[in-house]
Amino acid sequence: MNAPVSTPWKPLASQAVLIPRDDIDTDQIIPARFLTTTSRSGLGRHLFADWRYDAAGAPRRDFALNAVASDGAEILVAGRNFGCGSSREHAPWALSDWGIRAVVASSFADIFRSNAHKNGVLTIAVDDAALAALHASLLSQPDGRITVELAKQVITMPDGTSGWFSVDPFSKRCLLDGVDELGALLADLPTIEAWEAACDR
Amino acid sequence: MTVPRTLFEKVWNAHVVREGTADSPSVLYVDLHLVHEVTSPQAFTVLRERGLRVRRPDRTVATMDHSTPTLAVAGQLVVSDAAAGRQLETLAVNCTEHRIPLYGMGDERRGIVHVIGPELGRTQPGMTIVCGDSHTSTHGAFGALAFGIGTSEVGHVLATQCLLQSRPKTMQVLVHGVLSPGVSAKDLILAIIAQIGVGGGTGHVIEYRGEAVRALDMEGRMTVCNMSIEAGARAGMIAPDDVTFAWLKEREYAPRGTTWERAVAHWRTLATDDDATFDRTVTIDASTLSPMITWGTNPGMAIPIDGAIPGETASTDSAADRARAYMGLAPGQQLLGQPVDVVFVGSCTNGRLDDLRAAASLLKGRRVASTTRMLVVPGSQRVKREAEREGLHEIFREAGAEWRESGCSMCIAMNGDTVGAGQYSVSTSNRNFEGRQGKGARTLLASPLTAAASAIAGAVADPRSLL
Repeated sequence: MNAPVSTPWKPLASQAVLIPRDDIDTDQIIPARFLTTTSRSGLGRHLFADWRYDAAGAPRRDFALNAVASDGAEILVAGRNFGCGSSREHAPWALSDWGIRAVVASSFADIFRSNAHKNGVLTIAVDDAALAALHASLLSQPDGRITVELAKQVITMPDGTSGWFSVDPFSKRCLLDGVDELGALLADLPTIEAWEAACDR
Repeated sequence: MTVPRTLFEKVWNAHVVREGTADSPSVLYVDLHLVHEVTSPQAFTVLRERGLRVRRPDRTVATMDHSTPTLAVAGQLVVSDAAAGRQLETLAVNCTEHRIPLYGMGDERRGIVHVIGPELGRTQPGMTIVCGDSHTSTHGAFGALAFGIGTSEVGHVLATQCLLQSRPKTMQVLVHGVLSPGVSAKDLILAIIAQIGVGGGTGHVIEYRGEAVRALDMEGRMTVCNMSIEAGARAGMIAPDDVTFAWLKEREYAPRGTTWERAVAHWRTLATDDDATFDRTVTIDASTLSPMITWGTNPGMAIPIDGAIPGETASTDSAADRARAYMGLAPGQQLLGQPVDVVFVGSCTNGRLDDLRAAASLLKGRRVASTTRMLVVPGSQRVKREAEREGLHEIFREAGAEWRESGCSMCIAMNGDTVGAGQYSVSTSNRNFEGRQGKGARTLLASPLTAAASAIAGAVADPRSLL
């Protein structure tokens, strides 16, 4: 397969940012007014901008990203249907730039999940009961640590309970090896050219 | 005897270059790649970094729409935001370097990417179409498999004309009955999303079927498919029929002569076979629907226009409570009569000629309320010209509305067209997320008819009272 293009995804042990809301859309993750950039970097300062800063631009103390326990956190814990809305890859770019390497929710929007996995941000879907327990645990102990082993597809919650999570094998391989899909597609170019010739393209 | 297949399965199967395995997704061929300024620059950067060229510029088309100004000053469209200007310039440079056709500023064929694809006849039944924009689902109205992709995938398509995709599940939304007067395609799709939820279509491609769908014109079908993503669906599709073919015939890039006849014969075979099965079925009765309007902060939070905002006063913690607080609305409250600061008619959802005609039909001989600002933004420069040929712009102007150049405008509020913090906007666009139309803006999604009726009343109004 192709050469690594990013840092391989290493096992994770970190406290979490808790935003226990359902249907967090990409306009909240990164508002559209920050999409005029031509770069992939530097978007972390705009992550959740409208929830994170007050009208004067000062950090809101009541927002999780600004909490002391969130300092250095590499995991975001949300609710159901995380990342719904637009196709903007700026959403995982902003998460990654801020330092997030995994998002835990009970479900994810399709395009967000696809974009996240291409940018070293692992999406971990757990069932509603496990997510509710995790929310409760983090509310009572905000600096509780979560560990994630992608190779084994195991997440361990702050209370020590572990669970297996699903991830598509191809994304898993790309994340663990630090390679991207483009290399795989480029390797298929002879097949693509033959298909074009056969199918009148 | 062949296995019965759905519309989606026929289009998907016809584009699989390499079948997926347990360990890897399928390689799917892309017939048409639409590109715009916001989600493409970083993809071209990747090409440059890796020494790659755009493989099929002949299957790639670019336009400028998201951050473009809609207000001409002394006949000129001036980009006031420096970053937006750089982004537009970057697209122009990238298209020149890679020989991609670009409908840039000043081009009379420019417009919102999902409006110009169909109107140029580039969008055709049976195609696979992608764009770095979630509302690419619009093109499914023609029986194409069309879906939004991220910027990494934009790079994949530019470099290889293919994507790695796992096969989605299928869902049919069966719409029986007939829509009542004053109830439009927009109301239908808002009702569907309210029924299945904003995550209800996740992992699925929806096919809209049934009597009420067949009765829709192409503009209405595009409105329905456009908002498939608001139910979380990967794509939305409607089988092509005589309505589709009549709409496409003679368009600039549509096939001609005997090629057209052959194409139509093929397109007729795309419809879902009688015995084909779907992973999931949702049924809705069109005849029971009223004009719909959203009250909350996602498109699933919609009610009939004469309904009451749902919820319990005791609860303070749910998504609905957060939405009501953001919107400044209370449970049990009616939206009818709610004062409206801004009315926006436009977007890839409702910015086509038929949408403008609908709004104009109510505004003719009437005035926009003095307390309300109304913005009418055509979906493309061609829509603008055709509307002006019919005199619609005069109706809007005489009513006191602003008539603008085409673009995404107040749907995504990237170009300076914004709704103020705390203001209420009745908008024909597709998203009512917090801040979508400007920081603190409160968006009520509705049809062009409802938008026009509300502009006249200066408050949320039922268009049926003006019919």
